[in-house]
Amino acid sequence: MREIHVDRIIGTVKNLCIKANYELPQDVREFLLKALEKEESEVGKEVIKQLLENADIAQRERIPICQDTGSAVVFVELGQDVHIVGGNLHEAINEGVRRGYTEGYLRKSIVRDPLRRKNTGDNTPAFIHVELVPGDKMKITVLPKGGGSENMGKLVILTPAEGIEGVKKFVIKAVEEAGPNPCPPVVLGVGIGGTFEYATYLAKKALLRPLGVRHPDPFYAKLEEELIDEINKLGIGPQGLGGITTALDVHVEYSATHITSLPVAVNFNCHATRRAEAEL
Amino acid sequence: MGDYKRLKTPLSEDDILSLKSGDRVLLSGYIYTARDAAHKRLLESLDKGEEPPIDLKGIVIYYCGPSPARPGRPIGAAGPTTAYRMDPFTPRMLELGVKGFIGKGKRSKEVIEALKTLKGVYFAATGGAGALLSQRIKEAEVVAYEDLGPEAIRKLYVEDFPLIVVNDAYGNDLYEEGRRKYRKI
Ligand code: SF4
Repeated sequence: MREIHVDRIIGTVKNLCIKANYELPQDVREFLLKALEKEESEVGKEVIKQLLENADIAQRERIPICQDTGSAVVFVELGQDVHIVGGNLHEAINEGVRRGYTEGYLRKSIVRDPLRRKNTGDNTPAFIHVELVPGDKMKITVLPKGGGSENMGKLVILTPAEGIEGVKKFVIKAVEEAGPNPCPPVVLGVGIGGTFEYATYLAKKALLRPLGVRHPDPFYAKLEEELIDEINKLGIGPQGLGGITTALDVHVEYSATHITSLPVAVNFNCHATRRAEAEL
Repeated sequence: MGDYKRLKTPLSEDDILSLKSGDRVLLSGYIYTARDAAHKRLLESLDKGEEPPIDLKGIVIYYCGPSPARPGRPIGAAGPTTAYRMDPFTPRMLELGVKGFIGKGKRSKEVIEALKTLKGVYFAATGGAGALLSQRIKEAEVVAYEDLGPEAIRKLYVEDFPLIVVNDAYGNDLYEEGRRKYRKI
């Protein structure tokens, strides 16, 4: 058993919330640069230039990349030989979010309940996914998730007969309908299989993968490539103003599923694909 | 890249009629932030016969809920929010004299039609360019509904705020035109 004190978790989560919101990940930056070279639309190029400049200003001047500093989605890979001491994991994560969003001048965008809608004032609670893994380490990833892109997410349960064509059609239609709303160029997480709730979890988890890394299974890697190709033919372009850069990347995750089911979930992330991780 | 048109608020009808979808604009002067909650409260208070907290004639409304300002700065990150949530309120705002709206994302048919009949313009600012846009905001002051936090109405003084005309007063829609031009399937 390796002991990890909650104070370390609190501090780490706080720093990750701040880092994610001020520093655009290097892979996202590189993909924007590549898109700038390829984009055919002048307006589209101008938008991408603004986004790159925005990332520079954010880091240099300590202004968040985007004012929607998101829901704090937190993924934890918890080694089963870790013993958390001094408190409990969920409270520690929430305390880290509270401090990060307050001390980091980040926007508080969470309401206590979805119908009466009173702001909690400190961006808690976080949305926490814990996975138990072998070992005695703990990996924490913070994914601040903006509302504009999150609101375009979709889930469908197809029939198995609809197969890969049905999946593609559904994903492309979701992107087409979202148009400019999720701040394209987008990064898409697609979850296929599992159950009703597991497909959506996979779609979100797919957003953690760095841009440009293909699925290890060549079949799904090919599906990712085909989706990227077709989505970029839709013409939506940067900010939806027309162009050939609609998706920077598409990540698919799949899981085993029931003989009668083919769930498909699409989770959108905007060009401000923010994430930061640390290992304890 | 085409040239920018420079405009100053408040916007006159001539300003509005001079703009076409696809025009790139650098806007200077005062603009006002308002999102869902502020729209709702403002229109409800007018229904009760109360005076609006700000003069709406010729103003430009910015759909924006900024992040908190660091000490010594007027505002935090301040990019546009998705506009369709304000669609139900927009025709009425036009009737009240508002001339311009800044946001991101598509507007409803009703809004596009109202912009045409009541002579208004919908501009897009680059969504997610909150840090860059923040630097073009020189002053910010909460002028109404302070209790709404990021959703309060703020009066901003902007210089060369970079915008693009999406829906003009002639019924055009850049989102449709742009997409058609680059569509390959
Ligand atoms: S969709 Fe993303 S980039 Fe656009 S406003 Fe929301 S958080 Fe910011």
